[in-house]
Amino acid sequence: MAEESVLTISDLSLTFGKGRAASQVLNSISLHVKRGEKVALVGESGSGKSVTARLAMGLLQSNKTTISGHIDVAGLDATQGGAAIAAARGRRVTMIFQDPTSALNPVFRVGRIFREVQRTGDESLTPAEMDRRSAEALKAVSIPDPARCLQSYPFQLSGGMNQRVLIAMALINDPSLLIADEPGTALDVTVQAQTLALMHDLTQRKGTAVLFISHNLGVVREFADRVYVIYRGRIVEHATTAQLFSDPRHPYTRALLQAVPKIVKTGLPELPETSPSFLDPLIVHPGCGEPGTVPA
Amino acid sequence: MPKLLLTFLRRVGTSLIVLFGVSILIFGIARIMPGDPARIALGPNATQQQVEALREARHLNDPIHEQYFYFVRELLHGDLGVSLYTKRPVTTDVAQFLPSSLELVFASGLLMVVLGIPLGLLTARYQGRWPDHAGRLMSVIAVCTPAFVWGVILQLLFAYFVPIFPIEGQLSSAMKPPPTVTGFLTVDSILAGNMPTLANALYHLVLPALALALAAIGQTARLTRSSMIEIYRKPYVEMSRAYGFSERKIATRYAFRPALIPTLTVLGLDFAALLANAFLVERVFGWPGLSRYGVEVILRKDLDAIVGTVLIIAALFLICNLIVDLLVSIINPRIRLAEKRAGS
Ligand SMILES: Nc1ncnc2c1ncn2[C@@H]1O[C@H](COP(=O)(O)OP(=O)(O)OP(=O)(O)O)[C@@H](O)[C@H]1O
Ligand SMILES: [Mg+2]
Repeated sequence: MAEESVLTISDLSLTFGKGRAASQVLNSISLHVKRGEKVALVGESGSGKSVTARLAMGLLQSNKTTISGHIDVAGLDATQGGAAIAAARGRRVTMIFQDPTSALNPVFRVGRIFREVQRTGDESLTPAEMDRRSAEALKAVSIPDPARCLQSYPFQLSGGMNQRVLIAMALINDPSLLIADEPGTALDVTVQAQTLALMHDLTQRKGTAVLFISHNLGVVREFADRVYVIYRGRIVEHATTAQLFSDPRHPYTRALLQAVPKIVKTGLPELPETSPSFLDPLIVHPGCGEPGTVPA
Repeated sequence: MPKLLLTFLRRVGTSLIVLFGVSILIFGIARIMPGDPARIALGPNATQQQVEALREARHLNDPIHEQYFYFVRELLHGDLGVSLYTKRPVTTDVAQFLPSSLELVFASGLLMVVLGIPLGLLTARYQGRWPDHAGRLMSVIAVCTPAFVWGVILQLLFAYFVPIFPIEGQLSSAMKPPPTVTGFLTVDSILAGNMPTLANALYHLVLPALALALAAIGQTARLTRSSMIEIYRKPYVEMSRAYGFSERKIATRYAFRPALIPTLTVLGLDFAALLANAFLVERVFGWPGLSRYGVEVILRKDLDAIVGTVLIIAALFLICNLIVDLLVSIINPRIRLAEKRAGS
């Protein structure tokens, strides 16, 4: 059922550098996101979440990386990056970044960036049409005065406003997949929660599939249908959200869950102490196998 | 908006104060230099009385602060005094020689921008690959070699061994110069509608302008490159890739605009430095600009002419900086809006 998936990663390994300087950061990971589905990728800092996201976008592939395995994005082979996935970026797949304020170019007005984003989607739109669509998109993320927002430079807006702008931009070309890499972690916890709820509602309405990257299991619980837990470049557990929270099986997942209360309080994860058992093999919960493989 | 104007006026005021300081400095230095200007001007055969008379006429026997007072009084009337060497008002001399120098400097400035910036963009975009290595090597060589050496090298290569361009001068002797309107040979040719003269003038301009520009081109390329590489690391560039902006659009607009802000300031200084470097290049190419005049008057200790020439160059320098400041605040919304806010 490959056409059902908007993102399929199979046996993906990634190594930075060559020879003695080589360091492997992804170790044969597999994951998939079905059309309209919300999937979370959870793990501690440095576990390989962002590199996975950037590989899927075709943004990390270079002569410094060695990649094996396979990445399929919306029916395109993105394994080695290249022109096909580059053409799909901004249209079929987009990404939201951790810090909204630094993700917007400070010398362009928001309206101008919006136009540029829409141009990658549809060349034939006139500036007036694009501005109208931008204003609508901003209204959909509860920006009170869209016209004024479009006239502003990013540094004139608050962090939360910038995050809404980015969400609106990410969804304006109706992509089939949105990759959200720890969206808004740089923001205040309550603002982060608000904007996440907005993103969730909007993607739900539009039927956009989301790969949601986080180290915060509390947030994942609210937004994801399925969860992959990643530890040091390996997927260690794969379950539906309900299964994961009611029956966490992998020692690393359990340790992560124990850290959750602290996350909610401070917004920063308390790293679980390492233990050799964290390297136990992958546990797949019933009904959660990768497409094309025999369910465990 | 009037606040922006006010800020601008304030900068003009600062520039005038700087100019005042420069005038005192050069006025003093010119008078400390050994040698009696009156004696040099009149030659060895003049009598002591004649020399004394000239010294008296030019206030050279008065205390230095009184001399400066006379100088400022004349300056306020737009008068820079009279050259002892040409026996003409310094303003007339400068008006005659400056346009040729400026023509050379503007041509070099243009080359600096239209060659330096694209080279910088190219090397930044292909960072670590062969276009980058080649471009950087060329930049370093261009920067390390003084402009007058480039002048000699270009003359040898393209005027002597392979005689494509004229070896010196501003116009072929067979050509009749167009009537003087602006003093810029190229502009005057256009105004006179004389295309053959224009072509000839441009043809003469190529080698000296290139010789003067090469170091600045290298400098601009290096600056643009490092500034672009810094911007390429910013999250908003990755964002623009993730949203499907083409590499070309990123290089020429989306990353370029923020990269230009730090580059532009230094570019303005480099452009102003061309004025100073032009002196030697003009010598090499027999260019009838301010350098010939400047060197003559310094050797002859022609006081008014020295002070006048230096002040004019200093003023041009300051005008350059003012324009650059203005451009920077136009492309940097943070500055523009900060000034607007302070005003409202
Ligand atoms: N360009 C690079 N060159 C070399 N190593 C890299 C590079 N980018 C990432 N890494 C390494 O890859 C590993 C995974 O990094 P990644 O950014 O994916 O972590 P993460 O899970 O996103 O962490 P965080 O929660 O802190 O964002 C890290 O050990 C990191 O040091
Ligand atoms: Mg990350």
